[in-house]
Amino acid sequence: MPLLQDRKGVSHHPALILGLLALPAGIVFLAFFLLPMVRLVLIGASGEEGAAAYLSMLTTPRHLESMIATVLLSLGVTLTALAISTVAGVFLVRHRFPGRAALVSLLTFPLAFPGVVIGFLVILLAGRQGLVGQVAQFLTGNKLVFAYSMAGLFVGYLYFSIPRVILTVMAAAEKLDPRLEEAARSLGAAPWRIVADIILPALKPGLIASGAICFATSMGAFGTAFTLATNIDVLPMTIYTEFTLSANIAGAASLSVILGLVTWAALALARSFSGSTVAASG
Amino acid sequence: MRRGFLFYSQLAFTLLVCTFLILPVILSVMAGLTVNYFQGLSSGLTLRWIGEVWSLYSETIFLSLWIAATCLAVNLVIGVPAAYVLARTGGRLARVLEELIVLPVAIPGLAIALALIVTYGGVPDFRTNWSFILVGHVLYTLPFMVRSVLAVLHSVNFRELEEGAASLGATFRQRFCNVVLPNVKPGILAGALMTFTLSIGEFNLTWMLHTPVTKTLPVGLADSYASMRLEVASAYTLIFFIMIVPLLIAMQMMSRKR
Repeated sequence: MPLLQDRKGVSHHPALILGLLALPAGIVFLAFFLLPMVRLVLIGASGEEGAAAYLSMLTTPRHLESMIATVLLSLGVTLTALAISTVAGVFLVRHRFPGRAALVSLLTFPLAFPGVVIGFLVILLAGRQGLVGQVAQFLTGNKLVFAYSMAGLFVGYLYFSIPRVILTVMAAAEKLDPRLEEAARSLGAAPWRIVADIILPALKPGLIASGAICFATSMGAFGTAFTLATNIDVLPMTIYTEFTLSANIAGAASLSVILGLVTWAALALARSFSGSTVAASG
Repeated sequence: MRRGFLFYSQLAFTLLVCTFLILPVILSVMAGLTVNYFQGLSSGLTLRWIGEVWSLYSETIFLSLWIAATCLAVNLVIGVPAAYVLARTGGRLARVLEELIVLPVAIPGLAIALALIVTYGGVPDFRTNWSFILVGHVLYTLPFMVRSVLAVLHSVNFRELEEGAASLGATFRQRFCNVVLPNVKPGILAGALMTFTLSIGEFNLTWMLHTPVTKTLPVGLADSYASMRLEVASAYTLIFFIMIVPLLIAMQMMSRKR
């Protein structure tokens, strides 16, 4: 093998050339991400309370409530999205029927809708002139309006979570070994036992990974909350009001650093289970 | 397998989920085209609202397209070489660097925007320029370009190809342009589509970074949701869908081919 000679050819001035190729991305990243992030962390500690601002999450009741509400909302959305997407995703992988491809396309199609647009879609569904309200009025005589509350946020977050989770579930379900299931069935296992003992354990890493992504996305989502209501206290809205209305820049900075740590940790967890992350927008 | 009750109940459930996702989009399209949404379709169809959106917000549409195009160009120039370097370096260092590069996706746009504002907000010519928004978009989309190209680089054995070319006397430049780039084209294309689509729809960063003279499409959308009548807001959303749906379909087709 003439490998030695070849390698020499390839690695002609390698370090210098590689360094030059990576330089532009490196400069952009250092100047516009790392440096600003460090400043944000420092400014978070520059308020009246100093570095203790990072504990304000615990000491300021309004911040603590907002954090708890955001975590609960995100957890609820994550669990619901996982349940819905597992049923639909496993179904779509295991059955072939006319229109299946179109159905898969439609289900994954809202993937790149921005949060603001999703907020508007929730208004059309459950807002003052929304479809749900009109149908409810027709059926019961009472108008049902829930877009501008936690319930509206829940629906919106579910909307952008389902397509993402379905994609991950489908990818994981395609790797299921049908022979395991056949073996279980031939041994007389009931359908629910097959689901509980074979399908769910096999999907578990994928479910944890996509659940963590879903949680992180919901924690950091801003657009939907912004469109629906300014008086719902989820953490991104709290940060926004601290920054714009109260001009409390240090407070907004410390809260967003904490929020960033939470979402980063959730996504790091996701990666340790799957090895890849899907877009975290919304 | 016989299709019994279980099949049809699962199908019904999946269709229900699909309805939940698609119905509001249909409502929005309808609202943007009807004369009076509250009276319903019987009030007639019109393009009046689209026209109104055009006269009020066409600038935001052009700015978004412009920013998305420049964002894509920047990603091609800085992201593709960076992915190549990461793949060539390999090992622990490359993994750490990759981890760093994807950080802007893991951190909410709001936090990144705040960081940019506290650092560069005091530079007046930069703060009020569209390039301030561009910087945010590049940070947010760069990881997608790098990852997409990296994935393809890991799947084609580019080192061997390069060694082959080198043994025939190809210079680095020739190898990079004639061997590496053509082989990673699918990754570049997928990354480019992703970058462009994400940039057009980006709101979380952009809302904080925009100024009255630099409004993008999603910023305009938020503005219309808050202050315009439902028909105008819907027509605006319809224009956004018309821009973004072809991109989404192209992305779906590409991921299926792979």
